[in-house]
Amino acid sequence: MHSLITEGGAMTAGAASGISSLAWLLVALPLLGAAVLLLGGRRTDTFGPGLATGLSWASFAVGVLVLVQLLGMAAEDRGMHLTLWNWVPAGSFKLDLGLLVDPLSVSFVLLITFVGSLIHVYSLGYMEHDPDKRRFFAYLNLFVAAMLLLVLSDSYLLLFVGWEGVGLASYLLIGFWNWNPAYATAANKAFFVNRVGDLGLSIAIMTMFVTFGGVDYATVNAGVANANPATLTAIGLLLLVGACGKSAQFPLQSWLGDAMAGPTPVSALIHAATMVTAGVYLVVRSHVIYDATPDARLAVALVGAVTLLFGAVVGCAKDDIKKALAASTMSQIGYMMLAAGLGPVGYAFAIFHLLTHGFFKAGMFLGAGSVMHGMNDQVNMRRFGGLSGVMKITWGTFALGWLAILGVPPFSGFWSKDKIIEAAFVGEGWQPWVLGGAALVGAGITAFYMSRLFFMTFHGPRRWTEDVHPHESPRIMTVPMIVLAAGSAFLGLALGPTGAIQSWLAPVVGEHGEESPVIAVPVLMVLTLLFVAGGIFLAWRGYWQAEVPEVAPRGSVLTRAARVDLYQDAVNEGLFMRPGVHATRALVFADARGVDGAVGGLAAAVGGLSSRLRRLQTGYARSYALTMLTGVVAVLGALWVIQ
Amino acid sequence: MTSLPLLTLMMVVPLVGAVVVAALPSGAARHARQIALGASLVTLALGVAAWVAFDSGSDAMFQLTETHSWIPQFGVSYALGVDGIALALIVMAVILTPVCLLAAWNDVDEAETGRLKRYFALMLVLEAFMVGVFAATDVFLFYVFFEAMLIPVYFLIGFYGGPQRQYAAVKFLLFSLAGGLIMLVAVIALYIAGPGGQDGFLVEKLIGNVDGSPVALRWMFVGFFIAFAVKAPMWPVHTWLPDAATEARPATAVLLVGVLDKVGTYGMIRFCLQLFPEASKWATPVVLTLAVISVIYGALLAIGQTDMMRLIAFTSISHFGFIVLGIFAMTSVGGAGSTLYMINHGFSTAGLFLIAGFLVTRHGSKRIPDYGGWQRVTPVLAGTFLVAGLSSLALPGLSSFVSEFLVLQGTFMRYKVAAVIATLGIVLAALYILLMYQRLMTGPKPAFAEGAAPRDLNRREKWVVAPIIASFVVLGFYPKPVLDLLNPAVDRTMQIVGVTDPAPTVAAPGSSK
Repeated sequence: MHSLITEGGAMTAGAASGISSLAWLLVALPLLGAAVLLLGGRRTDTFGPGLATGLSWASFAVGVLVLVQLLGMAAEDRGMHLTLWNWVPAGSFKLDLGLLVDPLSVSFVLLITFVGSLIHVYSLGYMEHDPDKRRFFAYLNLFVAAMLLLVLSDSYLLLFVGWEGVGLASYLLIGFWNWNPAYATAANKAFFVNRVGDLGLSIAIMTMFVTFGGVDYATVNAGVANANPATLTAIGLLLLVGACGKSAQFPLQSWLGDAMAGPTPVSALIHAATMVTAGVYLVVRSHVIYDATPDARLAVALVGAVTLLFGAVVGCAKDDIKKALAASTMSQIGYMMLAAGLGPVGYAFAIFHLLTHGFFKAGMFLGAGSVMHGMNDQVNMRRFGGLSGVMKITWGTFALGWLAILGVPPFSGFWSKDKIIEAAFVGEGWQPWVLGGAALVGAGITAFYMSRLFFMTFHGPRRWTEDVHPHESPRIMTVPMIVLAAGSAFLGLALGPTGAIQSWLAPVVGEHGEESPVIAVPVLMVLTLLFVAGGIFLAWRGYWQAEVPEVAPRGSVLTRAARVDLYQDAVNEGLFMRPGVHATRALVFADARGVDGAVGGLAAAVGGLSSRLRRLQTGYARSYALTMLTGVVAVLGALWVIQ
Repeated sequence: MTSLPLLTLMMVVPLVGAVVVAALPSGAARHARQIALGASLVTLALGVAAWVAFDSGSDAMFQLTETHSWIPQFGVSYALGVDGIALALIVMAVILTPVCLLAAWNDVDEAETGRLKRYFALMLVLEAFMVGVFAATDVFLFYVFFEAMLIPVYFLIGFYGGPQRQYAAVKFLLFSLAGGLIMLVAVIALYIAGPGGQDGFLVEKLIGNVDGSPVALRWMFVGFFIAFAVKAPMWPVHTWLPDAATEARPATAVLLVGVLDKVGTYGMIRFCLQLFPEASKWATPVVLTLAVISVIYGALLAIGQTDMMRLIAFTSISHFGFIVLGIFAMTSVGGAGSTLYMINHGFSTAGLFLIAGFLVTRHGSKRIPDYGGWQRVTPVLAGTFLVAGLSSLALPGLSSFVSEFLVLQGTFMRYKVAAVIATLGIVLAALYILLMYQRLMTGPKPAFAEGAAPRDLNRREKWVVAPIIASFVVLGFYPKPVLDLLNPAVDRTMQIVGVTDPAPTVAAPGSSK
């Protein structure tokens, strides 16, 4: 079962053995939970949430066993393939349903099941009094199953099943409280924008089949070397469209802010730690294609750079704690996209930052949920302040997440983000300056808006509304926060300086080249830290030292633009929605008057039946039609006679 | 192989059932429903037996064949037989019939014994004709069933439908008759151009044996195609469908849109492609254009509807556009996708129409704006409706996704632009389904008077919904049993037309998967 590493770094997977041949359990366990809770109905109200949580942990346990098995194997053998059944045998299109266990998919499996299970536990407390708690846990399990299918599939088509499966779970959970019409609209918006992205992914898959004769990773990767570069660029760009939809990257980013309508644990799991990073996974998983098409890769990097600045700018102006965190998520995924678009120097760091971000951002979202829990579900940071005294655990865990996202050494984000900034400065011509510059400036803005968020919430004077009595959340919520905070603090240290993440992913994404940035690494590091310090200082001066008005001041042009997400909705509505509504209305009118009328009129004219048609509407219709039927029978009879 | 004439039996059983139901004394009329359901279940059992008896590996074009001379002077035989496509459609029809009967259980007041008996008898008659039209392997026999089907549907809409039932029924009849008459001309011309003789209408005899100038063959093709396009229905001859679907009872609408309209797309394969391969190729650009227009137009019109039944009807126009697209792409992938789509669409449309019907019986209105917040009133109804909707929008993991993807993939192999435009339909599908769901089911819980709050799905209604949803999941992850039926028939069609799939541009080593 010796495997070989191809030129592009794509490993040929052997047949699954040992615990990996049970990898299907990873998906099946949470899926079972979702099925039991949804089909079992009210009968499962009592034990359902606990069962769902247990099954999620069970899936994590299987993931750990798979990891142990992989670590016990030689690096080049760590790719195993598991064919489950013959899925779509349709003419010349033949596809098995199969799973791929390799370092990349296992990294995701562990992130999804570990963070996912922690969030299940947290939700036991957060959703305790919700009458639809069972349905919530069913959807969470459904999400975990779909996300695991997405990362474990061995073909683009099966990935697409998980891809839209997580989209469905996201839709259901954003709209979980859809008695509020705005939340129902937010759920729809997420689904619609994602479908636009899926348009790209669908066409990419179709192009792969006509190019390579298959849509499984092995066939596609094997064919890349002989493919037409223009076709590869097209596939790369189409995949990018799909990635933009799922990962809320420019220009398909508009849904993520509204998605905060979902319960906060959902925002932590789906809209921060896992689902929204699927676009990064897609790009890295398709690295053989992107390696062969620098143009498409540059597009990925540019999208990442634009989005990381876009999200950061928007994050500066938001007063809603969840929307500020959502903008930050968008921006951080921008960093990952940028890294993925840099090619071999960036793939491993894209995944590294994705993992550390999964911990610190999920931790901060849970912290935000804890704050909301204590503040009557308020989200306006202008009415927070000084919470550090009353919510010590929340404050402490949030602080670790904050230090991690800022990239303060030695916390997790420092190891992953700094590497991305370094890698962005690698290259020739204008690219390192533009991409690296964006990453560097982004780090400064990030420091500003995250510090602003942190200070407005936990420090400065108390600006609380009169009816709140903030208190620390129960243990069942704080323990997951503490665990995630530990990850925010130490995960980077464990994987970064040891080089563990690069060597772990190398069998999948290839060795990353040792190229030097256009600015010396130590200089870059100091520069980055200066930008970060500057951001913290500005936020400290503006939102800790100075008084924070309880009602947002009018602000500059830029602030007002950022508050409305740089007019993203206005643009979409003006360009697509309103013309679409008008076109639909016009068509409905035209169909009734035009097409129907024309067909009816034609029939009348040809047959000279106008007078009879009038009778049709005066009650003789039946006799008329029956006459016609009789006529047909008569014609048939006559034909027989003639014969 | 069995010697039982299974296909004939599948018509005789429902017809006998219909006669028994219609002849019940008024005192026993309330048993009409049980008898009808029993007859349809026996038919279903026969359908399963036919599936078991069918050999996917056989070289014969048709299996389970029965051939008897009927009007030898005119070359007409009573000839039945099925290939995989016809068998799959028949099995779908005999599964959906008992489901629809169960859904229609309380459509007619028990006190109106005469109406009750006739309603269920008509549904059984329709079932028999549906089996016949797919099983006929004689062109003339097919035509007879094609026209005969109109009669029970006309009465089901015209006598049991909504307030505009007369208008809708007549419109349906006029469109169908117009198409049918044009086809009749083509049928006669076909006999003249064919080999003739006492069994000159047999499909197997006609394939490859239709002599005539290219122009004449094209005219014949057009004659068949127009009839099938009306039935399918395609833009611009679709306008009868929304009226018929909204005025008909939901169960009738399912049999009409889900099964009967498939005769159109089935006919395109069986008659247009197989009998007139050259003319089919000649017409392909026009047909593909019409199909793509149907996909987009049907979807846009669906978005704009306020009547939920009309909305569902327009989604079907979009879906039929996909089916026609896959057929005329003339690839094995598109063909398998289209034929699978015919099956999946039957079930997802059944889900939408029937569950929407359950909603309407509770609130008495088909207008979408009259609803809102019903997820909090009838959660199971809302949940199952959402699942049916997700199947309609071809969510990956549910059955329609496989077929819709195959259609698009099969089309893309030859006609990239058409496929890309049609792919826009997946965005529009999300819009029409989820906007409808939002308007019906989300929002604040509506207020009802004390004790007047509608109940959620009852046991009978759950039995209606369960097989439909099961089909979504099973055929979504394991469509192989159906595809194994369809593939050989699709391949044969490709052979007859004389086309092969374009090869991948990169012949990758080890791409045998």
